[in-house]
Amino acid sequence: MSKFLSLEGIEKRFPISGKEDYVAVTDVNLEIKENEIISIIGHSGCGKSTLLNMISGLDAQTSGAIILENHHIQGPGPERAVVFQNHSLLPWLSVYQNIEMAVKKVMPQLGAHELRQRVEHYISMVNLDHAKDKLPGEISGGMKQRVGIARALSITPKVLLMDEPFGALDSLTRANLQEHLMRIQQKVQNTVVIITHDIDEAVLLSDRVIMMTNGPQATIGEILEVNLPRPRNRVELQQNPEYIRCREAILSFLYEKFAKDDE
Amino acid sequence: MNKELVKKIFLPLVVLVFVLQVWSGIASLVNEFPTPSDTYIAAFGGVTSAGDELTGVLSNPFYVNNQDDKGIFWQLIESLKRVFAGFVLAIIVGVPLGLFVGMSKNAFYALNPFIQIFKPVSPLAWLPLLLFIFQDINMTAIATIFITSIWPIIINTALGVKSVSEDYMNVAKVLRFTSMEKVIQIILPVSVPYIFTGMRLSLGIAWLVIVAAEMLTGGIGIGFWIWDAYNNLNYHHIIIGIIVVGLIGYLLDLIMGKIADYFDYTKRGRA
Repeated sequence: MSKFLSLEGIEKRFPISGKEDYVAVTDVNLEIKENEIISIIGHSGCGKSTLLNMISGLDAQTSGAIILENHHIQGPGPERAVVFQNHSLLPWLSVYQNIEMAVKKVMPQLGAHELRQRVEHYISMVNLDHAKDKLPGEISGGMKQRVGIARALSITPKVLLMDEPFGALDSLTRANLQEHLMRIQQKVQNTVVIITHDIDEAVLLSDRVIMMTNGPQATIGEILEVNLPRPRNRVELQQNPEYIRCREAILSFLYEKFAKDDE
Repeated sequence: MNKELVKKIFLPLVVLVFVLQVWSGIASLVNEFPTPSDTYIAAFGGVTSAGDELTGVLSNPFYVNNQDDKGIFWQLIESLKRVFAGFVLAIIVGVPLGLFVGMSKNAFYALNPFIQIFKPVSPLAWLPLLLFIFQDINMTAIATIFITSIWPIIINTALGVKSVSEDYMNVAKVLRFTSMEKVIQIILPVSVPYIFTGMRLSLGIAWLVIVAAEMLTGGIGIGFWIWDAYNNLNYHHIIIGIIVVGLIGYLLDLIMGKIADYFDYTKRGRA
């Protein structure tokens, strides 16, 4: 497969007045293939969110290049849609309007009918037809996050970036959303980068798991290939030797090689 | 009737009885101070304790004798016109200025000292200067209201802009919103409740200012009407004026509060 998204020699420093710069991440080199789902996992403070923010363009790297389909990334753009951890829906707009706002802006050429079809299509994709006229304040956390996913997908991004998308949810809701995401991914087939600190989530969802060393000067420690066929079933996987191997590899990376005490 | 409602009606009545007692006490101590019952008659008409028959100022508020002698309704209308003119002007100038101060750090640095210095200046201090500039009662009153009621609008609008969460701005950045789209689609909806809080404070100030302004400028208006009552030894009318001013101010605040709730997304859509 050709080069799709590549990170080349990425470094991020934060200036601290009167002291040396804080080097959050350094020497990150990564190639992501088209339609690949990768997750980036690491302890808190390993710079995984910083990395995602640089891919989204919300934050600029200090040095190095991020290249998407032969174009250097500069600043944010709709071809790299972000699902934010706290959903970031506009609370004064209904579910429908939140998605409509994004589609309208990114695809101004759509007629009224096509616009409505598109918005409704993505609302159905996350099974929220019954809630489309509700305000974000009137629906549950899991539903909000589904709207966030629908909004991100509705503008057909080349890359879907998810920053601990299910981190704020309880474990049952989280499992439910992971199923949603896998089902949708079977349909839309796009490239996804997920930031997570959940080992099961990383193995279940991804083709490759990128493991980050601890910060400061965090970098990629190991990359794990997850050779599990799709569609994946979380219950059956519990007995699968490949699944168990992957889990153990990540566990040993995070808790033996790069164990971290809470400060 | 439920218990809370009974309390809400009964308890203020207890206070009212107490206030009337204190008032009667003052009236018996201070020479010529109007008693509650005489004030009531001066307001709604009847026969006073001295045996004079009166038509009350509130029972005939719409009369027009000549240019300088009009009923209390017309006095209030004149005052309200000035208040609204100054208030609307303060909104037209204050909201954009507040957006600017809230969105640009440099604008904040540049303007904040002046806002802080002019905000506490009493309307009575502005009045002579503005009267000197405009030489006109209406213009002076409107300008005084404008310059004293604009500050809460600027400050609260700027506060609203600053309360826009970084997350919403990130959404806007990913979608590549222009500055104008950011203002209209994100900053304004978030700021609206704050802007209305500012407007509510501002209208309150405007109503406070008008009475003082009209006392000094003269002519027509509720402020002058009260001052005129004082000059004509019509002390009943001063008390009636105070109560009417209070009631109208309360009403303005209620209306403003209802309008604010209507535009506040956090209070919409919840039953």
